[in-house]
Amino acid sequence: MSLITRLRESRFWPMLWKEFIQMRRDRLTLGLLTGLPAIQLILFGYAIQTDVRHLKTVVLDESRTAESRALVSVMINTGNFDLVGAVADRTALRNAIESGAASAALVIPPDYERNIKRGRTAEAQIIVDAADPQSSGSAISGAQLAALARGATIIAEHYRAPPPIDMRVRPWYNPEQRSAVFIVPGVIGILLTITMTLITSTAIVRERERGTLEQLIVTPIGKPSLMLGKLVPFMLVGFVQMTVVLVLGKLIFRIPTIGSFALLYVLTVPFIVASLGVGLLISTIARNQVQAMQVSFFFMLPNILLSGYIFPRVAMPVPAQWIGLLLPLTYYLTILRGILLKGIGIEQLWRPTLALTAFAALIFAISVRRFSKTIE
Amino acid sequence: MTAGGAPAGPPAGPPAGPPADAVVIEGLRKVFHSGLVAVDHLDLTIHRGEVFGLLGPNGSGKTTTIRMLCGLLTPTAGHASVVGHDVAREPEFIRTKIGYMSQRYGLYDDLTVYENLRFYATVYGLHGRARVERLDKHMEAIGLTSRRDQLAGTLSGGWKQRLALACATAHEPEMLFLDEPTAGVDPAARRAFWTSIYQLAQGGTTILVTTHYMDEAERCQRLAFLSRGHLIGLGTVKEILEHFHQPTIEDVFIELQERDEGAAA
Ligand SMILES: Nc1ncnc2c1ncn2[C@@H]1O[C@H](COP(=O)(O)OP(=O)(O)O)[C@@H](O)[C@H]1O
Ligand SMILES: [Mg+2]
Repeated sequence: MSLITRLRESRFWPMLWKEFIQMRRDRLTLGLLTGLPAIQLILFGYAIQTDVRHLKTVVLDESRTAESRALVSVMINTGNFDLVGAVADRTALRNAIESGAASAALVIPPDYERNIKRGRTAEAQIIVDAADPQSSGSAISGAQLAALARGATIIAEHYRAPPPIDMRVRPWYNPEQRSAVFIVPGVIGILLTITMTLITSTAIVRERERGTLEQLIVTPIGKPSLMLGKLVPFMLVGFVQMTVVLVLGKLIFRIPTIGSFALLYVLTVPFIVASLGVGLLISTIARNQVQAMQVSFFFMLPNILLSGYIFPRVAMPVPAQWIGLLLPLTYYLTILRGILLKGIGIEQLWRPTLALTAFAALIFAISVRRFSKTIE
Repeated sequence: MTAGGAPAGPPAGPPAGPPADAVVIEGLRKVFHSGLVAVDHLDLTIHRGEVFGLLGPNGSGKTTTIRMLCGLLTPTAGHASVVGHDVAREPEFIRTKIGYMSQRYGLYDDLTVYENLRFYATVYGLHGRARVERLDKHMEAIGLTSRRDQLAGTLSGGWKQRLALACATAHEPEMLFLDEPTAGVDPAARRAFWTSIYQLAQGGTTILVTTHYMDEAERCQRLAFLSRGHLIGLGTVKEILEHFHQPTIEDVFIELQERDEGAAA
């Protein structure tokens, strides 16, 4: 038999054909395909704002001088504080913060200007509602920077000289420092992880539950045809999802896409293969579809928390960083952000690419071995 | 009473050329991971072209036996050959020669009647014009032409059963395993089903069928009774009735089951 005939008559094709028909008729898959990217984008793109700015701020100005007003305007100009009003005394200040009307308060004591004029250290206070450290962090550092800057200006005026140091911060890759720019590329990774594992594990467990897997196994279909026919359609689902997120991310969140799309799609292949492998592995463990879903969602947790998707890995305790190194998503995020935000190429990305490929090969090999062609 | 004590019947079906035996089982045994012995010391021979019935109460090991013969389960001990080939060594070859209709039918509910049939026919290696002709023939034979585009999940039990049989025989196998094919199907459909089975047998197909219905058991040329994994009776209907001194197969079955429960208690 010629190679072409062999290829045309491969049992991979009926399997592929069947999967596509089933996918077209399955609401869950169609939902995962279109709804999930949109939901994830909105959920993570809008809701996660790690960059908390514009804290509502009240001022208790007991000095009421030109100097105190200058300090207030320097603070406001940092963009971290929005002036919502003045308060008359400490009780009113406490009320404003406790009621939530303000999350920060600037207190300038009566002797503020006098101390500056006399060359003594003038004190001022910024009180921040730091119950949520995420949201108070940038306020605190903003206040410190503002005070330093104001101090430098005062000294410069005093000596009639320019300030000795002028430090300008240039935030590369994300000049406006929007968290969406950081998060949205990651949405692709998290989305592929959940879809590939969920869709693969439930699809195989469903065949087992309904008895069709048993029926398939007694046919002469080979294991490679069976598995490829099942998984190739899912791989296409993954690429569709990725494209949806890229387009929506560009349109809604104005995500920069500097690097090569071709490279991005190529380097996505090992990640999808690794995720399909995880799904396959789950299908060999789970006894029914509910279990398969539970295990798939459980697998999501470390991926969301430890891969660097939301929380920077450098800020994690060392054991958490190690666990992160065992997740394919960790490497894929480096690739995603590297290509999309920094526009870097394979020369800089070969390490995560290598790690990802190794993972894909390993996970897939293990799960294919476990997925034997008997029903025990 | 052991298998050795039961009379062995002569071949009843028309032998369709060598090898004369479609299934040869020797000392077959299956122990599951749980430690449960589902089949033990099973010796059995099924002749070519025979309609052979495998009977026994629930849990007696009928399905496990069939699954080992189809290469779905690996035997713990013993040997079995199907159409002249060893199930442990040549499962892939055997798979091209057998058809299997499982207790659960193995149909895709979200595919139409025609799509199910087409899928299995293609997986069994039919292509092009031959496939179209074969499918049309089968659709007509099972009377499903008018339901061609109906989803299999919406079919009634009797139609599902016909479709499952058509799927299992699309490649015209030499040997057909039917595991409780008529469970939950109305009497008219059961009768029609047995007509199809006899047609297949006349065409030379060897058939192993398990059943709970005693009238069906009496339609088989030879019978084997299983009890808790052991063969406890083997022969033609007439031989079995004489051997157990009972008027009907149903009485034999009830007696065996009572004995079985007595032993288990
Ligand atoms: N996969 C399995 N794992 C463990 N025990 C099993 C498995 N399949 C069947 N059994 C047990 O083996 C025994 C025989 O089952 P089975 O062959 O299905 O009987 P039958 O088809 O005659 O009703 C039963 O006790 C059943 O619970
Ligand atoms: Mg059974």
